[in-house]
Amino acid sequence: MSDIVGGIFTSHVPGIGLAIARGQQQDPYWKPFFDGFAPIHRWLAQTRPDVAVVFYNDHGLNFFLDQMPTFAIGAAADYQHEDEGWGLSGFKPFTGAPDLSWHIIETVVEQEFDPVTCQSMLLDHAVAVPFELCWPDTDAWPVKVVPISLNTVQHPLPSPRRALELGRAVGRAIESWTGPERVVVMGTGGLSHQLDGERAGHINVDYDKFCLRNLAPDPEAMLQHDTLDIVELAGSQGVEILNWLAARGAMRGSVRELASNYHVPISNTAAATVLLENSAMVRA
Amino acid sequence: MTIAAAAAGQRAPARTIPGTPIFDGDAAQRGYPLNAMCFSFNSESNRMAFRADEAGYMDRFGLSEDQRRAVRSRDVPGLIAAGGNVYYLAKLAGIFGLNVQDLGALQTGMSVEEFRAVLLSHAVTDRRVAA
Repeated sequence: MSDIVGGIFTSHVPGIGLAIARGQQQDPYWKPFFDGFAPIHRWLAQTRPDVAVVFYNDHGLNFFLDQMPTFAIGAAADYQHEDEGWGLSGFKPFTGAPDLSWHIIETVVEQEFDPVTCQSMLLDHAVAVPFELCWPDTDAWPVKVVPISLNTVQHPLPSPRRALELGRAVGRAIESWTGPERVVVMGTGGLSHQLDGERAGHINVDYDKFCLRNLAPDPEAMLQHDTLDIVELAGSQGVEILNWLAARGAMRGSVRELASNYHVPISNTAAATVLLENSAMVRA
Repeated sequence: MTIAAAAAGQRAPARTIPGTPIFDGDAAQRGYPLNAMCFSFNSESNRMAFRADEAGYMDRFGLSEDQRRAVRSRDVPGLIAAGGNVYYLAKLAGIFGLNVQDLGALQTGMSVEEFRAVLLSHAVTDRRVAA
């Protein structure tokens, strides 16, 4: 039985990657955001997970509108980041966990999810930035990755309930994996932000705090809003909270918040970072 | 949408959220050539080819006249109206030297300073660490 030791939830704003490249972590603008990772660094040093299962959305590096999967699961032995079109590059390559990927694929299909499977997949800033934040100053990532992409780009998007249920299905898959790996799940993106339209710059502190308050104890509370409700509340890119819901769904044990940091603004975004502990389920 | 409406080949009117483009199937179809061009800008050599000959590069992707006009005039609301999706448009914006605050200002009619001030008007830091 594989253990899901916890969950890390964080914004993935590309500008964070630029700030890291420029060494601006202590600048007054950035420090309140980066300081939110101190508890995560301590926790990762103690728990030393082997694999990160990352729920994220691609921003037009791997997927285009010619073929846009609602859910896609990576099953590659390795993954690369590449140029996303505006010069953000140089992220380290990722090592995959294809056996675990295929186990997750097989197990979620048994549970009537139908993901696209990807044996070759580029990972964009939505994976690379959170990895840089969690494991700074390393020559190689200390975890393998299973990337799980959700469509948050082209409507219709998956419903919040479907995202949570996908996460639950992935959680069951990880729990039934017989390998010794310790797994951390990650949900990236959000919180409220909107890049497009006359409402660009929209930020909703009340909705974000509602999500942060309920993420650990009662994620079902976030299902009272449908996807377009979330677009209205959180902004057209704030709907990336679906990735958080999926990652939270994978944590099926006793879940407790260890740390939470909410800082507005980072670029156009209400940025947030949350660490949740997942104590193993007691089995009959 | 009701099943009866679907049977009659009608789609329910899309929900509108003020000031908020919903990138749905209609926009994805309309915007396809523009977004395909923007997707190509993941490659530096394609960015250079666009810079060298914008009109010729747009020809390769079959942009509509509305899309060409919006590209030529750096008209961000026009690019969105023509079906551009902001995740792909960000790659074009990079070529034009525009960041997401610039895009925000151009869409809201504010100066960049005013747009930044609006973002800062929400400023808050709220941190919790368990004992």
